[in-house]
Amino acid sequence: MSAPDITLYRLQACPYCERVVRKLQQYGLEYESRFVEPMHSDRNAVARLTGKRSVPAIRDENTGVTMSESGNIVEYLDNSYGQSGTAGGA
Amino acid sequence: MVDFDVVDLPEADHVAEGERAPEFTRPLVGAEYWTDTALSDLDGPVALVFFPMDGAFPATYVWNEIRDREWGVDEDLTVVGVSISTPYEHKTFVEERGIRYELFSDPSAEIGDRYGAVQDLDGMTGVREHRPAVFLLDEDRTVEYAWVADQWPDFPDYDEVEAHIDNL
Repeated sequence: MSAPDITLYRLQACPYCERVVRKLQQYGLEYESRFVEPMHSDRNAVARLTGKRSVPAIRDENTGVTMSESGNIVEYLDNSYGQSGTAGGA
Repeated sequence: MVDFDVVDLPEADHVAEGERAPEFTRPLVGAEYWTDTALSDLDGPVALVFFPMDGAFPATYVWNEIRDREWGVDEDLTVVGVSISTPYEHKTFVEERGIRYELFSDPSAEIGDRYGAVQDLDGMTGVREHRPAVFLLDEDRTVEYAWVADQWPDFPDYDEVEAHIDNL
């Protein structure tokens, strides 16, 4: 089983994370979910990745992009994988 | 081992030595996050340790012992646990016990069922959990050693397991 190119750091039941999940599913993208805990102080894995402890956060090996904030992520996914997308979309 | 009466469990029809270990996917909980992981994703030979729910004293005993014996440290062996506890409980448990091992969360005990190592708990209606058990798997996921508790409580024979680890 090869790991998907996109890794999503998410918090269970977080609406902002679900928004990103819906977008990933809309574009049929494979992704690995890594669940972190509600306590910000327990999110060092996310902090190492993005410099912040907020989720959602994604890492996309296709493009080398790492980002947080659901609005930014959704926009990035639209631009990369939507109609006019270029990143490995095909 | 003990001088009080332990409960005998019904005979377990468990996965035996020489058989292929059943494949499964469950959330694997580490120090920082959990993520769906397949048995086949794990590196090298594997020690699959089934244990009672986090918080029960046998869970603490088993993992303190494995931690102190440093299984999988400086040897080609991936040690993972499986219990019915949720990922949140596993994270707390790993932290409190100071263990570096990752634990699968299998709340339905279905993986225990597939390996033939489950028990229904008397006095906790509706709760079914893993029997204490150890399966050593080689690189090809063939079972090289299998032990499943037939008493409650019961603990692995750690020395015996170590002898088999050396032969993997």
